[in-house]
Amino acid sequence: MDLIIVSRLAEGFFLNCKLFALTLLFALPLGLIISFGSMSKVKGIAYITKTIVWVIRGLPLLLLLLIIYYAPGLIGESSPWGTRVSGRFTAATIAFVINYACYFSEIFRGGIQSIPVGQTEAGQVLGMTKSQIFFKVILMQVIKRIVPPMSNEIITLVKDTTLARLIANKEILMMAQEYVARGLIVPLFSSGLFFLAFIGGLTLLFGWFERKLDYFRV
Amino acid sequence: MAVLEVENIRKEFGKTVVLRDVSFELEQGHAIAIIGSSGSGKTTLLRCLNFLERPDGGIIRVKGEVLFDANDPATHGEAEIRKKRLHFGMVFQAFNLFPQYTALHNVTLASELLAKERYKGSKDWRAEIRDIENKALSILEQMGLADKINLYPYQLSGGQQQRVAIARALALQPDILCFDEPTSALDPELTGEVLRVIRSLAEKHTTMAIVTHEMAFARDVADEVIFLDNGLIVERGKAKDVIDNPQEERTQQFLARYTQD
Ligand SMILES: Nc1ncnc2c1ncn2[C@@H]1O[C@H](COP(=O)(O)OP(=O)(O)O)[C@@H](O)[C@H]1O
Ligand SMILES: [Mg+2]
Repeated sequence: MDLIIVSRLAEGFFLNCKLFALTLLFALPLGLIISFGSMSKVKGIAYITKTIVWVIRGLPLLLLLLIIYYAPGLIGESSPWGTRVSGRFTAATIAFVINYACYFSEIFRGGIQSIPVGQTEAGQVLGMTKSQIFFKVILMQVIKRIVPPMSNEIITLVKDTTLARLIANKEILMMAQEYVARGLIVPLFSSGLFFLAFIGGLTLLFGWFERKLDYFRV
Repeated sequence: MAVLEVENIRKEFGKTVVLRDVSFELEQGHAIAIIGSSGSGKTTLLRCLNFLERPDGGIIRVKGEVLFDANDPATHGEAEIRKKRLHFGMVFQAFNLFPQYTALHNVTLASELLAKERYKGSKDWRAEIRDIENKALSILEQMGLADKINLYPYQLSGGQQQRVAIARALALQPDILCFDEPTSALDPELTGEVLRVIRSLAEKHTTMAIVTHEMAFARDVADEVIFLDNGLIVERGKAKDVIDNPQEERTQQFLARYTQD
């Protein structure tokens, strides 16, 4: 296969990777905050947070993407995303962060709530503060429990990044499709190899991480 | 001198009154056994002492100092309660060891965090680590766990886990050590090793409040026994007297179930 084709595909895949990395960077902490919101003792906060999570998880990511890209321009004077490439990418990143933060928050919430209350109480009777209990007692156990569901979600994220082409981000499948239009099918298959390699690497990484946490059991 | 004075403790969950009016004292160096049928309020009583539950009425005094007074909101502050908890140690029925730490680290963790706090962010607390560790090692040795210090909870039997939990509570040198049915989650062949450890603590005059269903143990090890029924102390007295010779009908009925089988 042509070196030019490979480099075009790689260029597209770089955008997928960027979107993937930025989504993780922002959605992980945001997801943790949302999970605290949904577990809040203040009923109002918990209720609002849970409703937001329900709405976001109930909508297709694609719909969210289109709404975030088009709605501000139709409602306001002009689109905040402008007409430049960077604007389209920002819109995609925001949609992905919102969507995945909600998914991650549910995983965090499930993980935190699955830790027996006896762990918190053991920390309390030993005179620990709330934050000491969270960071020194609970967190590690939560991490161990959420590695498998997180791995799944993160692998889905890698593949979801291809949706960004629907608001004209030049990601790898968009590049490949240009060749299909010219009657070349091989680039489409080759783009699949990029994903297989990337996800293969991630799978190894998650496996390694799981083994790292094998020293204890919850 | 009474190290612990509990006066008129009342606790309700919604409409159910769990502790009606509980008062007792505990002398320094004594062990008190709390017996009673399931649901009588034994766990709730210990949880009130450890501030895991807030009593709706009553006063808790340790060494003469009022730690909690239901009528005095000044004694209810979150930050002070954390400090006051350190007067009490708690050994749970389900051990509740921290699974990600070794036996030794389970015992040292809280002391390390407290030392860290005392030094307010300066790194000097590390100097205390060795002391904390040596103390923990000697307690674990007393518990017969010298060869288990580097094992994680899942690598230990239930009896060994409970002994680590006892060591963890002892490490903070509480004035009163509370046990909530420490052997109820154990296979019968493992209860002996835990009871032996508690017995040796009693011989060293550790002040203890022990909720237990092991009547023979309560009789031999405790100085006093409290029989709790429906949130009230129905009978209280010298351990041997209450268990061998209960005066109240409810106590007799309760104890009869243990002597039948
Ligand atoms: N957090 C709670 N909420 C409501 N009811 C409770 C709670 N904790 C305990 N109870 C009730 O209080 C009563 C006494 O419970 P407990 O103190 O655990 O008894 P024991 O330890 O003697 O078996 C039981 O009827 C129990 O259902
Ligand atoms: Mg109980």
